Amino acid sequence: MTIPLIRIEHASKTFTLPDGGRFDAVRHVSLDVRQGDIFGLIGKSGAGKSTLLRLFNLLERPDAGAITVAGRELTSLSKRDLRDARRNIGMIFQQFNLLQNATVFDNVAFPLRIHGGQKPEQIAARVNQCLELVELGVKADSYPAQLSGGQKQRVAIARALASGPAVLLCDEPTSALDAETTRALLATLRDINHRLGVTIVIVSHELSVLAEICNRVAVIEDGAIAEEFALNEPAGHNAPRKTALGRELAAFNAANTLAGTHREAAHV
Amino acid sequence: MSELLSTLGVSFNAIVAMLPEMGTAVGQTLTMLGIGLSAAVLIGGPLGIVLFLVADGQSLQNRPAALVLGWLVNTVRSFPFIILLVALVPFTRMIAGTSIGPLAAAVPLSFAAIPYFARMVEQNLREVPRGVIEAAHAMGASELQIVLRVLLVEARSGLVLALTVLAISFLSYSAVAGVVGGGGIGDLAIRYGYYRFETDIMVATVAILIIMVQLTQFTGNRIAKRIDKR
Repeated sequence: MTIPLIRIEHASKTFTLPDGGRFDAVRHVSLDVRQGDIFGLIGKSGAGKSTLLRLFNLLERPDAGAITVAGRELTSLSKRDLRDARRNIGMIFQQFNLLQNATVFDNVAFPLRIHGGQKPEQIAARVNQCLELVELGVKADSYPAQLSGGQKQRVAIARALASGPAVLLCDEPTSALDAETTRALLATLRDINHRLGVTIVIVSHELSVLAEICNRVAVIEDGAIAEEFALNEPAGHNAPRKTALGRELAAFNAANTLAGTHREAAHV
Repeated sequence: MSELLSTLGVSFNAIVAMLPEMGTAVGQTLTMLGIGLSAAVLIGGPLGIVLFLVADGQSLQNRPAALVLGWLVNTVRSFPFIILLVALVPFTRMIAGTSIGPLAAAVPLSFAAIPYFARMVEQNLREVPRGVIEAAHAMGASELQIVLRVLLVEARSGLVLALTVLAISFLSYSAVAGVVGGGGIGDLAIRYGYYRFETDIMVATVAILIIMVQLTQFTGNRIAKRIDKR
């Protein structure tokens, strides 16, 4: 078996609350994500799924445990090496987090400029390539305030892909979008996974989102993985699910697959 | 026009006679402001950035540094300007070589302007959404890159407005500098208008100050609006 692209080993993260109490956001989590996966993390709000995701690029440093991405163990890296390693890990957020005072072009150019070593022509070429990928080439000179939510998230995707990462982390990427925009955005993510081979880890509390694009999911409860299983695999349907969310997700997925078969049949 | 002024008890001729001195005074005021604001931007600006970065929950969080810097800034800001002016005389002599004139007055003005602007910078940087800073970290930006390419870019229009407020406050502070022979328009208003009861000069100097304030605010607003794309 090949070495997984991302390996989380015994990771824990505890926050000290303002009232002096302690909150175990992540408890002894071990997790593998293989190259090419679209891996979903699902759980109720406060279950620790976002904190877990933020361990993947060390936005949150674990109190214990190891995080290995593409062969580099992140917690042991120096600041400089960590910054370099982060070029290989793109990330998008629920609130897009674009620079409001920079054009779409400058937003996508940001990760290229901060790491240097590229001529302006090379940067421009790469930025335009990424904007074409998310079908926003015509908006290069616009400012984020002039875009719709879906367009902003596409710019964020283009920005996250600019440095050619192997991994794309998505923290509730569709939670600020309407149903139709969500569907289009998920199609873009799937396309990026298929065409560029970018491994995607996606956190969401929406079953429909994960059921639609993930091939593996982990259900997070109280900071730990309650269960982990594959979607879209016939064997997966039969295995009993341990958690309520897991059962719901499997049912959702089965219905989806069924609907998909019907649609295809109708098409023929 | 002159009739209207004379009915108000203002002598047009007296003002004309004062014009050269007013010109000098405007020049002195601009000198004091120019130096004070430059010091505020060049020293107070970075200080404000550091205040922001070492605060709780920020990327360079450092309790002791935040306490010491915060205490220093608050202490300097506690001084009534006129006390600061007098207390700093030895220091002013050391820096400007004299304790009299606009250059000397610029020293205490700068001293007061630096912590004032630092606080305003800190406040404006706090308005930058956390998520944007976090996204920059996720892309591998260094602290310096985050300051230059994220914080200052996102807060730029608020910073221009802060500088505008500072310029206008210090236009009136500069009048107090007249006490140490700092010169300037405010000094003129006090010496002629207040001490010698020359109402016409008082009216003229206040008119000049009103125009300067209005122009400063108008320009500040225009620039802030133009560079704000949010």
